[in-house]
This record gives sequence, structure tokens and C-alpha cells, in this order.
Amino acid sequence: MNKVVEKVIAGDVRTVARLIRDIDDAMPGVRDTLKELYPHTGHAYVIGITGAPGVGKSTLVDQMLTHMRRKNKSVGVLAVDPTSPFSGGAILGDRVRMQRHSLDEGIFIRSLATRGHFGGLTQSTRSAIDVLDAMGKDYILVETVGVGQDEVDVVRSAHTTVIVVIPGMGDDIQAIKAGILEAGDIFLINKADREGADKTLSDLRMMIDMDQKNNEGGGWKPPIIKAQAVFDKGVDELLEAIEKHRHHLLEAFGGLDFRKRRDRVREELIEMVKNRIVESVIHKLIDTGEFDEAVESIMEERIDPYTACDSLLVSKLGSALDDKAR
Amino acid sequence: MQRERKIRVMVAKPGLDGHDRGARIIARAYRDAGFEVVYTGLHQTPEEIVEAAIQEDVDMIGLSSLAGAHKYLFPRVVEILLEKGADDIVVCGGGIIPDDDIAFLKNAGIKEIFGPGSSLDEIVSWVKKNVKAR
Repeated sequence: MNKVVEKVIAGDVRTVARLIRDIDDAMPGVRDTLKELYPHTGHAYVIGITGAPGVGKSTLVDQMLTHMRRKNKSVGVLAVDPTSPFSGGAILGDRVRMQRHSLDEGIFIRSLATRGHFGGLTQSTRSAIDVLDAMGKDYILVETVGVGQDEVDVVRSAHTTVIVVIPGMGDDIQAIKAGILEAGDIFLINKADREGADKTLSDLRMMIDMDQKNNEGGGWKPPIIKAQAVFDKGVDELLEAIEKHRHHLLEAFGGLDFRKRRDRVREELIEMVKNRIVESVIHKLIDTGEFDEAVESIMEERIDPYTACDSLLVSKLGSALDDKAR
Repeated sequence: MQRERKIRVMVAKPGLDGHDRGARIIARAYRDAGFEVVYTGLHQTPEEIVEAAIQEDVDMIGLSSLAGAHKYLFPRVVEILLEKGADDIVVCGGGIIPDDDIAFLKNAGIKEIFGPGSSLDEIVSWVKKNVKAR
């Protein structure tokens, strides 16, 4: 067995930390490690936490950690923050709220940046989930800002997805409605002591009722919980709701390894193939100089971008390129 | 998709020190230089800082102190890194550090000290030159 795989399974923190970095940086060889690791996954329960910036996701995760540790469960946290589209850098600040857990050996916290040159967040976060799973964590909490396709996809790969909102964000509920409302298994109104909590509750209730028929998993009606995470209020209720949802999944699907369900497998595989194609084709085009040449030609108006794109793709994909897809 | 490693750094505030304006400004400068910056928040023990740095797999820890305990806290971070076999992580420091203490700190394994008046450009280019993604 691969040394890295051995150490991950043994729970070695440095190896796990490095492997997640390798995944993020798409280092050569990482794919082989993941292949070997895959049979050791499928035991952790994955919980996605999402919502607009500032609703209290990190604080909530911090409290959940305390509760889960009381029950002696080990927990992995993946906290995703956005990469600056201008500099490519990122400030990863979710840890600030969770630092009191950093010396607890039953907890592993990792901050991830969206990066997002060519998508890929979904892919690398899923792989990081696999690593923490193989490491033996009972729960994995994935925290992301609930905007954008990638983030929605990430929480969709969780067993239970918690959507966090706060009172007075009616318009924000509107904004997340299209992308992510359908993905919510549990809704949590944080900072519920603020004015408008009841209005938010009834708004949410109405949306959920209207949406009910579309809800995946037949018969699960997403509960709405009022909470004040900073005072540890509503966190017990949240964990109970998660437990109920877990039971629901067990009954509805006869097992928790629901990533092996056909639609998930399809989705993940398409994503993987897509990433690999983009990766290899663009790397090759850049290496051979064809890409820069094409850029030059377009700027000098010798060629239009559509034709340039066609010829670049034909040169790398040849017959695999379907005429209609051009 | 990445062709080379992205530099990851941690900005940390050790000890009882509530002033993090400087640390936040540094964190922003690092972000603008294209690094991924993990910020730990205030009141960290050296143990917490090192554990977080290991979990985050950072290449450098930047310690900020304006409260006078740097002669204990900074070397302690280096010590624990060594104990954990993670001494390949570069440690540098900044804040209100008297000139007289700089030699002592460097001797204790802190690679560079940036006191008052250091420019962001100077700090960022030092990091670019001296910290390589491991």
C-alpha cells in the first residue's frame, strides 16, 4: 500500500494536511493516492453548512463541534472562503471562530480557498472530504458561502445540508432561492432574537411548502429552527434535526452511502471528466505556444475568436470533437 | 487546476494582545500578493498556532505582537514547531519590537523581524524571496 494512504488511514495529521494541499495544487501523483484511498471512504456523515456571508456559519460550526465532541465523535471541518479574482490570493478567516478547538485531537480543521481558475472547487472539496473520511472522522462539516454553482454543488454532495439565514434578509432569501433552496434539508434562522425572525420563519415556511413536491428524498419536510449560535441556543435542536434526517435517509434509501446513487455518481463523474479535459487540453495548448499564438492573432485581427477556438480544439481533440458541439 | 504550488501563510496573534489592525493589514497585503492567508484571530497560545499551522499546511507563520511578550512567545512557537517536526515552516515576526531584541529573536530561529515603519512592499517581497512553497 502507498505510504501516504497508510498514514492517512492511521490518522496522521501532517500527511492529511499535505495531501489536501496536493489535491488543491493538483500535484502529479495525487490521483493515484486518491484511487487507493477511495475504498476506505464512505463511513463519515457529511453535513453541508451554507448561507450568505455574515449569517454566522462559522460560529454555528464552532458550537456544533463542542456538541459533537461531548458525544465523543471525531469531526473534520472544511471551511471554504472565496479567492480574490484579482490577485488569486485569499484571506481564510473561518478558523477565527473555531480556534478554541485547535488543540483537540478529535478535530481537524482546514481552510480552503475557492481558487476557481477552471471550476474545480467541487472536485477538490469532494476529494478533501474523501481524505477526512478515510482518516476516520465520524462527521465532516463543509462550510461554504452559499453563492454560485460550485458552492451549491459542494453542499449537494453532503448527506444533510443546512441553510443558515438571518432575520431581515428577505431579499437574500430571494437571491438564494433559485440556486440553493432546493438543496436545503434543514433551515436555521440564526440571530433569531433580531426583529423580523417570525416573518422570516413564515416566508421560509411558505417557500418550503411550495417547493415540497420537488424535494428530493420523498417525504422529508425541511424543518426550520430558530437559533442564536453565539449563545449556543438552537444547536441541540439542529443536531436532533440532523439525526432525524439521517434516519430518514436510511429509511428512504436503505443506506447512507448515497454518493453511490446513480444521479450522484453521474454528476461526480461528469465533473471529473470535464476537469481532466480542461486541464490536459489547456496545459498542452499553453505548452506548445498555440494558445498565445491564437491570442496574438485575435488581437491583430487576423482571426476571429470563434475560428481560433475551433482550430485550437481540433488540434488537441481531433476526432473526439463532435461537429455539433463546436 | 494549478501548475505550481500556491503559497499559504498564517497570520497569528500570540498572547494577550488585542491589537490586530496591523495583522489584518498584513493579511490583506499577502492576499493581494496572491497568497492564501489563514488568519487565526486574537489571543492564541503558541501551541494553538502551531497546531493550526500544521493542519493548514502553511509555508510561513507571521507572528504579530504589540504587547511586549514577544521574547517569550515568538521563540516558543519555533520550539514547538521543532518538537513537532514541522520546523520547515518559516517563522517571521512584526509589531512593536525594540531594536535591542531583534538579535535575540533571530538567534532563537525567527527568520526576520518587521518593526514599525516597515513597508508592505518590503514585507511582501521578503516573503516572496525567502518563503518557498514546500
